[in-house]
Amino acid sequence: MPSMEREGALLRLSGKWNAAELADAESRFGQLSLEGVEEIDAKGIESMDTAGAWLYSKHFAGIAAIGMKREHADLVSLVSGMKVEGPVGKSAQGFLEKAGRAGWGGFEKLLEMLSFIGEASVHLARSLTSPSRMRWKPILHNLQHAGFDALPIAGLLSFLMGVVISYQGAEQLARYGANIFVVNLVGLSMLRELGPLLTAIIIAGRSGSAFTAQIGTMKVTEEIDAMRTIGIAPMEQLVLPKIIALLIALPLLTVYADIMGVMGGMMMSSFELGVSYTDFIDRFGSTIGVSAFLVGVGKAPVFAAIIAVVGCFQGFQVSGGADSVGMQTTRSVVQSIFYVIVADAIFSVIFSLVNL
Amino acid sequence: MKEAIVSITDLCTSFDGFVVHDHVSLEILKGEVFAIAGSSGCGKSTLLREIIMLQKPDSGSIRVFGREITGLSEEAALDLRKRWGMMFERSALFSSLNVLENVGLPLREHTLLSRELVDEIASIKIALAGLPQSARTKYPDELSGGMRKRAALARALSLDPELLFLDEPTAGLDPLSASGFDELVLNLKHSLPLTMVIVTHDLDLLWHVADRVAFMGGGQVLGVGTMQELSKSEDPLIREYFYGPRGRAAREQAWKPR
Ligand SMILES: Nc1ncnc2c1ncn2[C@@H]1O[C@H](COP(=O)(O)OP(=O)(O)OP(=O)(O)O)[C@@H](O)[C@H]1O
Ligand SMILES: [Mg+2]
Repeated sequence: MPSMEREGALLRLSGKWNAAELADAESRFGQLSLEGVEEIDAKGIESMDTAGAWLYSKHFAGIAAIGMKREHADLVSLVSGMKVEGPVGKSAQGFLEKAGRAGWGGFEKLLEMLSFIGEASVHLARSLTSPSRMRWKPILHNLQHAGFDALPIAGLLSFLMGVVISYQGAEQLARYGANIFVVNLVGLSMLRELGPLLTAIIIAGRSGSAFTAQIGTMKVTEEIDAMRTIGIAPMEQLVLPKIIALLIALPLLTVYADIMGVMGGMMMSSFELGVSYTDFIDRFGSTIGVSAFLVGVGKAPVFAAIIAVVGCFQGFQVSGGADSVGMQTTRSVVQSIFYVIVADAIFSVIFSLVNL
Repeated sequence: MKEAIVSITDLCTSFDGFVVHDHVSLEILKGEVFAIAGSSGCGKSTLLREIIMLQKPDSGSIRVFGREITGLSEEAALDLRKRWGMMFERSALFSSLNVLENVGLPLREHTLLSRELVDEIASIKIALAGLPQSARTKYPDELSGGMRKRAALARALSLDPELLFLDEPTAGLDPLSASGFDELVLNLKHSLPLTMVIVTHDLDLLWHVADRVAFMGGGQVLGVGTMQELSKSEDPLIREYFYGPRGRAAREQAWKPR
């Protein structure tokens, strides 16, 4: 540890001047008064690194030193010869400036998103009119990963959701002896609302995040730029296949989720309410119209577009490094779930207006 | 005879049956600038990674500062890690921190110095690595390739390591910056008590800066010695390396007095 002793006009320095041991010397030296010190005896300094040399040159620069080891003197002169500027101040922003920047930033993001949607639509329209330009391989790849691989989790969760609904409803319905109405409860809520919504939320968490992370990482490693340079439009290679794959996969997953959900409800009804499977299916066929099913499945492509577009857009928003990938992925999942639920609410309003 | 700061004996490494090191033995002496050369993919970076304990060799022994490092516990490893610095082939700067924070990070982590002093010391390291002070507030993705290398060097120097590993420090630099880097290494060697291990393909760096060079090829060390000694070697691979068109130019250059 660096230490010092004062003897009249002589200051005796000693100890180890290493970064690891400087911590309290720093404050002691700060309070030191160098009035009347004419000479420094540095014989006792055992070792010194650049941090120590800096501290030395900061406090004792103008004072003649005797007995300093050759290598220490070299280090001190090296360090004091460096042109080092003062501390970097962070520019403080006032509340108004922060609010203004945040608001304007949000508005700009919205415009960028709109232009991204526009660009994606143009590319989509172009490749739909000339299917030979379609990149089938990435579409199939995405179909497998975003669609087929999600079957177990989507099926299990909607089965459980069916079980829960019918279990919750059972007690209320049994009180009125309206056991058979469990079919309406399970059927309508599953087909119209929960099937599509649950599937969309699972896919947003599962595939939306994957889209963002993939595109974001490619952006960080300049793969996107490389792609552009080779003459492949990232829109066509990365974005369209994802949108198309989800447009196909999400409605199919929704149908599957509907079936599993109703089966879950059916099983629970026969346990809790004694509604047999044949009664359940009879009643289901006569009361649940095909419109309930179509209304539910019809929402799925819209949800799919939202998830794919938000996921890809947030991926392209990545800039810098790993930190930004994580941030945009979070944002992607939160935003796509948010927009899915908003879209669902809008659908409810529209359907009630047209009496569906 | 100087003491060995790193000594490697009978080191073997393979990736899924692909042999990278086949009984490699090397000694690096205290205070020297030791260079490792060899064709791409011959296992130079892997060797460095094994010395700094980022990767385990299949067999063999590595002693650093006189301690066997294969099979060392994490706590014991930390003491060693503070004594060496590594500049990675692809810089590996932390993307969420600016240059000053990147360079100051090891100091903040391992010492109790005040923020102000850490920033000052980091600024010195940045100047030492040849970066302008205006680069301090920039983030890694706002730097050019060469500046990134210098920032990585500054971070490697942050704790005043006794042993400094540089993986291809001059790759991707313009000739002027590269020769500036040669000067920088000589300067550091002069002013700090450093042992440097440099992996490089840069013939100028090999001729002008390295005290000794190890030439790797075919999973083995084909030759160790000064460049003069190596250039007289009979090994066909080494001859090809030094007597190819580029090798010849650099060698002739090196004989001229500077
Ligand atoms: N994680 C890994 N898995 C499989 N093989 C690897 C891995 N890391 C390295 N290799 C192989 O080991 C060999 C040596 O790689 P290394 O990075 O050490 O080469 P190098 O000598 O540093 O080459 P360069 O001069 O191009 O940097 C290469 O053939 C590489 O393919
Ligand atoms: Mg390498």
